[in-house]
Amino acid sequence: MATTDKSFATSVWDFFCSLKLTLFLLISLALTSIIGTILPQGALPPEYVASISPAKLQIYSKLGFFDMYHSWWFIALLYVFSLNLVSCSIKRLPHVFKFISEPTLVLGEGTRNSFSLKKELTFSGSIEHGKERLVAFLGKEFSAPVITEQNGEYHLFAQKTAWCRLGVYVVHFSILVIFVGAIIGSLAGYKGFVAIVEGTSVNAFQKQNGQQMPLGFDVLCEKFNVEFYNSGAPKEFRSTLTVLENGKPVPGYSKVKVIVNEPMTYKGITFYQSSYGQASEGSDHLISVTPRSGGAAEKLSVREGVPVTLKDGTVFKLLEATQEVRQFAPGFSGPAARIEVTPKGGAPLTFIAFKNFPEVNARRGDALIFGYEGSNAKQYTGLQVAKDPGVWVVWLGCALMVLGISVAFFMSHKRIWVVVSKGHARMYGNASKNQAAFQMQFEDISEKFQEIKI
Amino acid sequence: MNSSMLFNVTTFAYLISTVVFFAFLASKNKSVGLAGSFIAYAGLAAQTVAIALRWKESYDMGVGHAPMSNLYESIVFFSWTIILLFAYIDLRYKYRIIGAFVVPFALLGMAWAQLGMNTGIEPLVPALQSNWLLYHVITCFLGYAAFAVACGISVMYLIKTAIEGTNSTAQAGGLMSLFPPLKVLDDLNYRSIMIGFPLLTLGIITGAAWANYAWGTYWSWDPKETWSLIVWFVYAAFLHARITKGWVGKRAAWLSVIGFAATIFCYLGVNLFLSGLHSYGGGAK
Repeated sequence: MATTDKSFATSVWDFFCSLKLTLFLLISLALTSIIGTILPQGALPPEYVASISPAKLQIYSKLGFFDMYHSWWFIALLYVFSLNLVSCSIKRLPHVFKFISEPTLVLGEGTRNSFSLKKELTFSGSIEHGKERLVAFLGKEFSAPVITEQNGEYHLFAQKTAWCRLGVYVVHFSILVIFVGAIIGSLAGYKGFVAIVEGTSVNAFQKQNGQQMPLGFDVLCEKFNVEFYNSGAPKEFRSTLTVLENGKPVPGYSKVKVIVNEPMTYKGITFYQSSYGQASEGSDHLISVTPRSGGAAEKLSVREGVPVTLKDGTVFKLLEATQEVRQFAPGFSGPAARIEVTPKGGAPLTFIAFKNFPEVNARRGDALIFGYEGSNAKQYTGLQVAKDPGVWVVWLGCALMVLGISVAFFMSHKRIWVVVSKGHARMYGNASKNQAAFQMQFEDISEKFQEIKI
Repeated sequence: MNSSMLFNVTTFAYLISTVVFFAFLASKNKSVGLAGSFIAYAGLAAQTVAIALRWKESYDMGVGHAPMSNLYESIVFFSWTIILLFAYIDLRYKYRIIGAFVVPFALLGMAWAQLGMNTGIEPLVPALQSNWLLYHVITCFLGYAAFAVACGISVMYLIKTAIEGTNSTAQAGGLMSLFPPLKVLDDLNYRSIMIGFPLLTLGIITGAAWANYAWGTYWSWDPKETWSLIVWFVYAAFLHARITKGWVGKRAAWLSVIGFAATIFCYLGVNLFLSGLHSYGGGAK
């Protein structure tokens, strides 16, 4: 019974250590990840729901395809992947440590023949003298050797950067560190969104699950600006924020400029510029009406969508307004409003009235010229709010990964053995990686080796 | 002389180089191969100057930024890195014939960019106004170029095994005598991926760092991010496959080809077919 248990345990262990499992997991992760890039993730758009059959929708949701990167089977794959990494390391690391700490000092006859890099030197001096000369030679040209005497022969062994064999394990470990960082972030961090109207402040934000969460301080939006290039493309979205503690600005956090790619962090919570819009409710717009026949302009304060009747019976209505028209009407800039004018007994007429282009306004309308003078409407800034205490662990993992990959890919463990016998010495070389580069170094050393006079 | 003229010169040079390399395949004449390399290098020189000029021109226009901000600029840079890596392999390992399988990738890129895309210099939208743009784009595209070279070499490997596998060794001379030995092709494939994989890793990390800086999330399973990870998984599988019995040679070559297909989908497919955070990467006319 005990033996079957043991063999079962061994086979489970072997399964988790196997490279075949690694390949299976890497390919499975690659293939399954495709699903989430094709199917919509998270809240499904209604038009998508309408476009597929209810049966399909049900199967997909059951399988977690609409939140697949958090589905039980994808997480399970990642767990098995981690187990695989840990098991492989536990299995192989002791061997690698032993390889580094107890190198092969003496090359057996059989091993020697398998070397492609070798060089022979004959000498007439004594074996003792030869050994001493070659120890000094290796120390100068490569690295100081370890000397072993066996069967009347001296075996010199020298190596360089043996520790680089650990590089690959550093890469494996770094993946686990990144996972730990991600887990810390998902347990102790949060993400959310807050909209702040210019001139007002907030003390809470909305988490992704819709819950309100207090900030522990206040954030005041002093101003929000959008700048455009001449082409109409946006140039800069800028919020000017002030952090308030007990109603007082915090020194160093007063009128902070927050733009895309330049967030503001206070007490571990970071605010990222993300969107903006018009807080239109309850704001007044100013419209100027000038008779074409001449005379003073009349200024009227109106609300969006509310019709206003003028003295001559003309009815007009402000349909929508913007403080920056460039993105809708290239070539124009500044505030503008779309208005609908219905002359008495006539058909309604819709056009855009600008603030900065009175000559364009003058070309429109009949007896009356309409102009837009702007509004007291305020803009709001939309800020992404995030706290992620695990992010530094993730960066540590990334740094370890880059370090590990550099070591594992670009460095090699180089070894040279010299067997000194009576009258001749034979040199052998081997590198764990990039044998071609080591060959050049070995040939260089070989040339000097052959010139040694003993 | 402006950058757009020089880009046309570049495209023409890569076209001639490709034709000359195909002539090299047919003629097996060494001086034809040398000419192919030289024309490709001339194109590379013209393109280097053109990229620098375009960079300067953007400053002259008052919207100065590195020329890597949209699909047109990225594909030009991609072509440039492919020829750069080809030059490295040509000069270092002396297997010129690889040019016949690598230069066409650069030609395709340049031809598509020059003929099918809007070539105007555009100012940077707020999301791209960051130094991370330079680090992220350079690392990613150097990685992609290494994978393109690896793919070209793998195609050579697969052609060679297909032809030599059916013919007897005695007949395996001819065209195949130009190709490096299978072992060398396998090794060069591995070496190219050894260059590409660390660069892709850096590209993903710089992308994550930038995303965290701009949006507060280093990873959001956006299609572009996910596809870059898929590519990473494929090449990680390739690297592990090499130390597994039965996966060297043909299967490794196929993995390299699949890896490059995934790379191309990550680069172009995601922008053309899927929506996401990298929307500024689209820019076809």
